[in-house]
Amino acid sequence: MERSKSDVWVGLFVLIGAAALLFLALQSANLLSLNFQKTYGVTARFDNIGGLKPQTAVKSSGVVVGRVESITFDDKTFQASVTLALQTRYSFPKDSSLKILTSGLLGEQYIGIEAGADEKNLQAGDTITSTQSAVVLENLIGQFLYNKAAEGGGSSGNSNKK
Amino acid sequence: MSFWKPADVGFAVRGKLVDIGFAARLLARLVRHARFSFRRLSLVRDQVHFLGNYSLAIIAVSGLFVGFVLALQGYYTLQRYGSADALGLLVALSLVRELGPVVAALLFAGRAGTSLTAEIGLMKAGEQLSAMEMMAVDPVQRILAPRFWGGVIAMPLLAAVFSAVGVIGGWAVGVLMLGLDPGAFWGQMQGGVDVWRDVGNGVIKSVVFGVTVTFVALLQGYRAQPTPEGVSRATTRTVVVASLAVLGLDFVLTALMFSI
Repeated sequence: MERSKSDVWVGLFVLIGAAALLFLALQSANLLSLNFQKTYGVTARFDNIGGLKPQTAVKSSGVVVGRVESITFDDKTFQASVTLALQTRYSFPKDSSLKILTSGLLGEQYIGIEAGADEKNLQAGDTITSTQSAVVLENLIGQFLYNKAAEGGGSSGNSNKK
Repeated sequence: MSFWKPADVGFAVRGKLVDIGFAARLLARLVRHARFSFRRLSLVRDQVHFLGNYSLAIIAVSGLFVGFVLALQGYYTLQRYGSADALGLLVALSLVRELGPVVAALLFAGRAGTSLTAEIGLMKAGEQLSAMEMMAVDPVQRILAPRFWGGVIAMPLLAAVFSAVGVIGGWAVGVLMLGLDPGAFWGQMQGGVDVWRDVGNGVIKSVVFGVTVTFVALLQGYRAQPTPEGVSRATTRTVVVASLAVLGLDFVLTALMFSI
């Protein structure tokens, strides 16, 4: 194939395009954080997962230690069954507890894992039972109103007695 | 104003059918000649040079300004909800998913598509295509196919450049001008943009748009009336048809990709 001056420019153009793609993949989508590290699967049951999605981060002390692999509904216990892929280099006690948290007011939800005190560590395939569900605003408001009503009813009852 | 007679409607429909058939056959021939084009890579290379390199400046500058404007407008809206930190995510997602492929394709239609149509149309008007046929050289194979594949290669690269430069433009306005925290800007972006679902689908879109725009440009040039007026009309039609096709296809692709 004959070489010509446009070879250089076309090569440069293709390089720039490839560099732009690489930039998008690495800088904006953070491909490197798609860790290719080994993980082990742990299941957890939640009463309510709120807006949790697969690929959500699992954090301990704010550090990402794994990701949510899959979410299914268990129609035996009527709970959500969440499979977590935790990185092998981190190990947690067997009685660690999970919480569904929100980063910031409008931020994404993530799972916070709090270490327990058990001497044995979580193994692949284990199930974490001590979980705290996502906060559902409607339930919270409902509870608040109920408490308020109970309070109001209680105080009026007291005044009647006196 | 006279009403259409049924015969006129039938005639028009038949004309459209012929057009569609012709277009489909041309597309099939272009795809079939891929092997030839890539065996004579120098032809495709010249077209990538002509379509890609020369469009680089307009694509990069437009991308930069679209990034600027997105950041300014996004900041204005996000600030009301106290989540200006998500600006990076907003800019990156809008660029990678939609604006990058679509605006790059519209610019590509205006910058490269028109020149393709005019070139082919003038070749036809100058009877160069007929002369090639006389010499038993297939003009679709020798002239149209390398241009087609050159455009298909150049378009995704241009769209990627557009998005990347736009993200940098968003960063310039968001971080340098409006004083957002760079950690939050990039962090939110990296947390929210998925490589395959967002960047990958953007690339697929840009490939589809590359095929669409280049094909429309070649088709309009190839079936232009071989007169100065015909070529000018074909060039106009290229911009109109290619832009509408890109916008329509974008809706369909977005619905397919992101609805789930």
